[in-house]
Amino acid sequence: MTTPPDATGSNRTVSNKERMAVSRQRMPTRPADERAHTFDEVNTGLGHDEALIEAMRCLQCTRAWCVDACPVHVDIPAMLDRLADDDLVGAARSLLSDNALPCVTGRVCPQEIQCEGACPRGRRGEAVAIGHLERYLADWAADHPDLVEPATGVVPNGGSVAVVGSGPGGLTAAGELARTGHAVTVFEAFHVAGGVLSYGIPPFRLPRDVTAREVARLERLGVVVETNAVVGRTYDLDELRRDFDAVFLAVGAGLPVFLEIPGEDLKGVYSANEYLTRVNLMGAFGPDAETPVARGSRVAVVGGGNVAMDAVRTARRLGADDAVIVYRRTREELPARVEEVRHAEEEGVRFDFLVSPLEVLSDDDGWVRGLRCQRMVLGDPDESGRRRPVPVPNSQFECACDVVVEAVGTRANPLLTHSAPGIDLDGRGFIEVDDDGRTSLPGVFAGGDIVRGSATVILAMGDGKRSAAAIDAYLKGPQTWR
Amino acid sequence: MYPVRRREQLAPRVVELVVQAPRIAAKRKPGQFVIARLADGAERIPLTIADADSSAGTITLVIQSVGKSTADLCDIDVGDAIRDVAGPLGRPTDLLAAGHAACVGGGVGTAVVLPIARALSARGVTVTSIVGARTTSQLLLVDQLRELGEVQVCTDDGSEGHRGVVSDQLAVLCDSTQVDAVYAVGPVAMMRACADVTRPLRIPTTVSLNSIMVDGTGMCGGCRVRVDGQTRYACVDGPEFDGHQVDYDLLADRLTTYRTFEQEALDRRGACTPAGTTP
Ligand SMILES: Cc1cc2nc3c(=O)[nH]c(=O)nc-3n(C[C@H](O)[C@H](O)[C@H](O)COP(=O)(O)OP(=O)(O)OC[C@H]3O[C@@H](n4cnc5c(N)ncnc54)[C@H](O)[C@@H]3O)c2cc1C
Ligand SMILES: Cc1cc2nc3c(=O)[nH]c(=O)nc-3n(C[C@H](O)[C@H](O)[C@H](O)COP(=O)(O)OP(=O)(O)OC[C@H]3O[C@@H](n4cnc5c(N)ncnc54)[C@H](O)[C@@H]3O)c2cc1C
Ligand code: SF4
Ligand code: SF4
Ligand code: FES
Repeated sequence: MTTPPDATGSNRTVSNKERMAVSRQRMPTRPADERAHTFDEVNTGLGHDEALIEAMRCLQCTRAWCVDACPVHVDIPAMLDRLADDDLVGAARSLLSDNALPCVTGRVCPQEIQCEGACPRGRRGEAVAIGHLERYLADWAADHPDLVEPATGVVPNGGSVAVVGSGPGGLTAAGELARTGHAVTVFEAFHVAGGVLSYGIPPFRLPRDVTAREVARLERLGVVVETNAVVGRTYDLDELRRDFDAVFLAVGAGLPVFLEIPGEDLKGVYSANEYLTRVNLMGAFGPDAETPVARGSRVAVVGGGNVAMDAVRTARRLGADDAVIVYRRTREELPARVEEVRHAEEEGVRFDFLVSPLEVLSDDDGWVRGLRCQRMVLGDPDESGRRRPVPVPNSQFECACDVVVEAVGTRANPLLTHSAPGIDLDGRGFIEVDDDGRTSLPGVFAGGDIVRGSATVILAMGDGKRSAAAIDAYLKGPQTWR
Repeated sequence: MYPVRRREQLAPRVVELVVQAPRIAAKRKPGQFVIARLADGAERIPLTIADADSSAGTITLVIQSVGKSTADLCDIDVGDAIRDVAGPLGRPTDLLAAGHAACVGGGVGTAVVLPIARALSARGVTVTSIVGARTTSQLLLVDQLRELGEVQVCTDDGSEGHRGVVSDQLAVLCDSTQVDAVYAVGPVAMMRACADVTRPLRIPTTVSLNSIMVDGTGMCGGCRVRVDGQTRYACVDGPEFDGHQVDYDLLADRLTTYRTFEQEALDRRGACTPAGTTP
């Protein structure tokens, strides 16, 4: 056990050799057999000493690759330098000035392909645990708002902005705009704010109070959140353009994709969106839940991304004895975060690779009784460079299950865009924007999944931040449009 | 919060609520619905907007107590509030331009038909309503429909009007007069029977599908139905569809998904007091 550096600004005096001698601190987790039955958070968080030791592992690179690899360019060495010196206020302020929702990103960013993936310490040993440290600092900051948040009130500048959608993209834009003095109203279709953070990502990865706390922080900044407001129905985009000086659209990619195989209308077949919404947003896991969900003792989840991992781990927690991932490629191609895959395995999730479903099979009462599948092999690479799975002849088999969850992607939901003629869309219905998030309609900006397709929390936040700056410039400058 | 301004017991187990919801009142069109959530922890359930008063900022809901969530809503008092009401959702009714329309309501479906009948009447369409219920005390909104035109009443037990089902009465009407369009809303079996009557006569027939919903914005796919061989989402593509093309078997079957759960929820609520019967 290494002792943490003392708190006298001494991090700079630690030699690289000493830093290299320290190994990566482990994130404490609830035991797998215990957590497979509760929705409590799996990762319980680093303690203060571990955080300081881990921060000291950072080599303080002058050319910080990690910063380049972070979509919002968090100044990681600066943050970790202060953290290693136990300057929590300084470290937290540094983090919060770059990242509006670090409590969230510290938990859900795919760090291994972003910041941590670029850290040279990962080449010989393990990368600095940037995500865990970000979470540590962000949680500390949320517990000490009086120390971290500047007490200076915001001076209203007379501008007003409507933000549509309260996912990470919308929340980030709202925060940035409120801080610069704009009056911001966020319109959210659901009864709670947070987007995927509330209805998609399960509480065992992202506790609900983390998101609620961030929303409360925005409200303290003066942001108004109007729930039950479905833009395209309750309001039209034209009304918002009339009532506000600018509009930011961050409505996500909320339209489920189904495999379009026979039997998908059987009882017990869900889109991941429906399954996760019933459980996470509506609380169907509780003993007195009012919203039902089919529990099933054998649950097959089709897909290999974060959404699939969330669904299959949810199924285990709802009591499935057999929860299996059915994926048409191999382990190497799984798009999910590495930690999610590892946690799923620890929790007893089974993986069936190189398998593609052909049909959902019915019992006599119209319920799912299984999946007819076929085996695949990886063939030549496709346009995306990934090897395309091709069927193995005569390899069909049946996989018994009573619930099927399809996590095979989402598309653009046309509810809003159909009510906004004149907004340019790409061939798949996503909104077209320039580098600053400007759409084809003057004063209307867009970002997040409704622009990128299903992407990540941090990319949506990056869009929100960029568009907020562009909106601020648009409202302050001569109003020109591309 | 959406305060309840008025509450009236229309029939045993059927309650009318007038709810403050100005945004929705200003926007809604016939055929549209809301998703309501009574309190934290409660289910989100779809309910048709039976009427609206945009100057008072209120909408009217007619709720039949069939399970835990509807029973809880029926028990709400004036002055209390519904936690969440989102809408107006769904596509507005495709209204007949001129001529003669038959508006057929079975049970609480009558509340869905009423705003359609009103809108048709307002544009000069002649409206004949056919309203069905098990027995006299369960008939709904007959007086309101009478203001719009002729009303034919059917009861299963013959206690009022014709003894029998609304689809038989619809057949008689279509035989005796020119009917240009039919709007039929009620239990699945009733909508199917009405569509069977009008299909050979080629009378355009609109039905409103009551599939199980969660978000009401096309996000979950739980409300999917099959119409003309295509998968459609009732909450955004509907709820009204061409009655001649709907796969009623599938709809009826999917509505049984949570039957066991629903019964347990009701039992937990307290089986001794029949749900929603408080005057
Ligand atoms: C189950 C799941 C797990 C995921 N895991 C990860 C992960 O581990 N790491 C990661 O980085 N990313 C993950 N993602 C992806 C990430 O959550 C998304 O990329 C991100 O949330 C997109 O943010 P957004 O702001 O664009 O929209 P969203 O988060 O989708 O929010 C959009 C909001 O807009 C609202 N809305 C939609 N239409 C309207 C309308 N017409 N009017 C008003 N409001 C409307 C919606 O209700 C929603 O609240 C996951 C996604 C899912 C579904
Ligand atoms: C677009 C739309 C408009 C509707 N408008 C109205 C309305 O104006 N007034 C009204 O009283 N009801 C209406 N409904 C039906 C209403 O939403 C359901 O009765 C309600 O969701 C049942 O919830 P519960 O918890 O009380 O009953 P549950 O315990 O969920 O169900 C009890 C019984 O009702 C059946 N049921 C469940 N869900 C539905 C459903 N969505 N539709 C029909 N039966 C269902 C179940 O199969 C079961 O037999 C509408 C439904 C839709 C989709
Ligand atoms: S925001 Fe994400 S990518 Fe950037 S430093 Fe934090 S965890 Fe890494
Ligand atoms: S790349 Fe790694 S070692 Fe270098 S500054 Fe970033 S976290 Fe520190
Ligand atoms: S209710 Fe979810 S898509 Fe219709």
